[in-house]
Amino acid sequence: MGSLFRSEEMTLCQLFLQSEAAYACVSELGELGLVQFRDLNPDVNAFQRKFVNEVRRCDEMERKLRYLEKEIKKDGIPMLDTGENPEAPQPREMIDLEATFEKLENELREVNQNAEALKRNYLELTELKQILRKTQVFFDEHEGGLNPTESMTRALISEECLARHGTLGSVQLGFVAGVILRERIPPFERMLWRACRGNVFLRQAEIETPLEDPSSVSCINTFILLVLGQTQDHRHRVLVAAAKNIKNWFVKVRKIKAIYHTLNLFNLDVTQKCLIAECWVPVLDLENIQLALRRGTERSGSSVPPILNRMETCENPPTYNHTNKFTSAFQALIDSYGIASYREMNPAPYTIITFPFLFAVMFGDLGHGMVMALFAAWMIFKEKPLAAKKTDNEIWNIFFGGRYVIFLMGVFSMYTGFIYNDIFSKSINVFGSKWTVNNISLEKMNKEKVLMLSPSTNDYEGVPYVFGMDPVWQFAQNKIIFHNSYKMKISIIFGIIHMLFGVSLSLLNHLYFNHRLDIICEFIPRIIFMSFIFLYMVLLMFIKWIMYFPTDELAYIKYSPHCAPSILITFINMILFKTTVVDKECDAHIYAGQMALQKLLVVIAVLCIPWMLFAKPFFILRGQKEKALASHQQMPSAVENGDTEGPLQNNSVHVNGGAVNNRCPGGVEEGVGEHEEDVSEMFIHQGIHTIEYVLGSVSHTASYLRLWALSLAHAQLADVLWKMVLRRGFVIQDWKGGIVLYVIFMFWACLTVSILVLMEGLSAFLHTLRLHWVEFQSKFYKGAGYAFQPFSFETILDSASQTPEE
Amino acid sequence: MPVCGPKLSLCGILLSIWGIVQLGIMGVLYHFHAVAFAEDLPGDHEAEVTNLEEFYSEVEKGYTQNAQNCWIAACLYLVTLAFSAHQFWANNRSSLRV
Repeated sequence: MGSLFRSEEMTLCQLFLQSEAAYACVSELGELGLVQFRDLNPDVNAFQRKFVNEVRRCDEMERKLRYLEKEIKKDGIPMLDTGENPEAPQPREMIDLEATFEKLENELREVNQNAEALKRNYLELTELKQILRKTQVFFDEHEGGLNPTESMTRALISEECLARHGTLGSVQLGFVAGVILRERIPPFERMLWRACRGNVFLRQAEIETPLEDPSSVSCINTFILLVLGQTQDHRHRVLVAAAKNIKNWFVKVRKIKAIYHTLNLFNLDVTQKCLIAECWVPVLDLENIQLALRRGTERSGSSVPPILNRMETCENPPTYNHTNKFTSAFQALIDSYGIASYREMNPAPYTIITFPFLFAVMFGDLGHGMVMALFAAWMIFKEKPLAAKKTDNEIWNIFFGGRYVIFLMGVFSMYTGFIYNDIFSKSINVFGSKWTVNNISLEKMNKEKVLMLSPSTNDYEGVPYVFGMDPVWQFAQNKIIFHNSYKMKISIIFGIIHMLFGVSLSLLNHLYFNHRLDIICEFIPRIIFMSFIFLYMVLLMFIKWIMYFPTDELAYIKYSPHCAPSILITFINMILFKTTVVDKECDAHIYAGQMALQKLLVVIAVLCIPWMLFAKPFFILRGQKEKALASHQQMPSAVENGDTEGPLQNNSVHVNGGAVNNRCPGGVEEGVGEHEEDVSEMFIHQGIHTIEYVLGSVSHTASYLRLWALSLAHAQLADVLWKMVLRRGFVIQDWKGGIVLYVIFMFWACLTVSILVLMEGLSAFLHTLRLHWVEFQSKFYKGAGYAFQPFSFETILDSASQTPEE
Repeated sequence: MPVCGPKLSLCGILLSIWGIVQLGIMGVLYHFHAVAFAEDLPGDHEAEVTNLEEFYSEVEKGYTQNAQNCWIAACLYLVTLAFSAHQFWANNRSSLRV
């Protein structure tokens, strides 16, 4: 089991397989699913490859199976899905399979043809019967008529075209009767009228029993005709027999096809005795692969064992993260931004905690969190049966795939909801409120109507509520003001910590890849810039929280809310080197030496900008010069030839690369092979990165305020929903209120789930995703890798069973 | 005989379980005069309070009334639950039979 912190170490391997053993070995590797084969004949098109015949045969078999499946589905016969996974059959079994399918298909086609013919016969007969019956009615009416002329105008006999001619006619009129599609009647009538110049009388009657269209057998009625019944029985028997095995066959055929596809990627040895493959393999799983290969050889009865040897390569290996059902959803969140570069720090393990947490900060409500967590818990609890029930429903698949994410988001939301003391926008008093608002006189209550809580009065006991918000705030008019100040600061604090963490992760990256220059020229100035300006602001917040307290006494006025500095104003003044203007009874500084320290911090932080901007290109340039100098001394002849530096260096690198095979031009420490014109590019590149970081740290910090904004919006929306909807159920004076409440609760519950849990949840989810992708990952994550796509039967079968149903 | 489909009956079951739990708890809270529900009482909140005794008895009455109403609604949801559960069962049985 690899670690989640970085992607697996991969290696390129060359695989020599004896031709006879190749099939079995590849089959074993497909079961294992840990090997990604490279196409060794990219310039050969699909029709010129070695096993194209076999692939074509597999395609043919698959087509037959699909035909069978369609027929089975049409008859509504349940297909037996045992979920078992048969091994890929031996190549010689393929012929058996082919013969079986051929036989089945022919039989089925024959039966279908017979059934269709019989059905057509039957249909024609039914039509005739209906015509006879209807015309009978017309004639009866006619006979019963009093006046022949009147009957002439009233009931001249005709259904429509085709089938039957009769000579019965009471008046000297011929008649024709037949069956026509209902929608064709008006044109038919018009046509008749014109053709006969008006000497025609059309009469229609509907046939009540629906006739089946013979070309598409959509529903099977019980037929009176015995033969037809027997044919249907036979068809049914054939299909039932096929239905038992069809899933199994599908798996087998698809496996064979996948194996031959893979074999097509291989190179043939000159002697045609063995196949050569190249593949990416996780180093840790080499043992497993060797074992699988040995199994494959044994199965094929070949004596020569396959050879697997590691190759050195200059290519970037694919990124492969071992995931399980819990981590895969989080990894998918990261991967949809960009696959990590090879061996880069993987943000997924941190995301497991920060993602649900930041989500919950925005979604904090005990009740809504519980709804979400219960839903996800049900999905987790019923995991196996739900997973077996494969559906095309994309929304459901997304929910089910993210069940662990949703569960954690729900649980974390319950936690933050408990801190905010919000359950469906109501507060609960678990530990006993620390406020006693008891000295309100009757007049005051009538006059003011609203209740403002001031912690400086005796109403507050001076000890905070045990956990989270005091429930008394639910009634206070200044609740939002109080919450805003708290939640804004909290969001900035979380944001700065999150971003600083991201910058620290970049240190681990630099250390791992041994980029000393990047540590000195990027990581250090970045972390200084961020902490001297923004972390300092966070510190100010804590200082403000600790030093100032609510009081009305004049003696402590310096530490009263009256004198407490606004953090934002202080921060802006710090950047602008201005002194904060304060009332004369307050201190201008929070602590002694604040101004000097702040100036120092800002100056150092600003100095970091040119450091980030120029240091790295400068060092690289100097390194290049030194190298160039050294090579000049080594090869004075080249200098005499008057070559410029650029091509010379290029040359030396190539010579170098040719001599030592495992040194790659791209992998050499950066800067060595760069041209003169790359210098300006390097400066531009560095400039963009610096500007992005400096401006980004300002805008990203502000961006974290969305935590506060969404949390406020969610709380207010929940509050409005309670007040506008559910409260209606509580204001009716007598027992009828119970029934009203019953109905209103239903509305409230539906709105809660659809708007607050689903829509707000989705919006909070997207904002969280953005905070991770943009604000967090931009600090360290390149995401320039490509994914490891192992040859695995599992994924092939999954994708194959999904596509035809669409 | 299934009247509602499988989805509707499942929805009914979930909704009624939620209703029973939440309304039952809220009934208990109303019964014990939970302050959090002080704003959710029948009567005119804006009206001038002249007599404290009257005000208190009014509030008391509101709490008792709402507690009862909650339980009535919870009982109705119990009926809904029974109905939807029966429907669900009937649906399952009919789908098995066919």
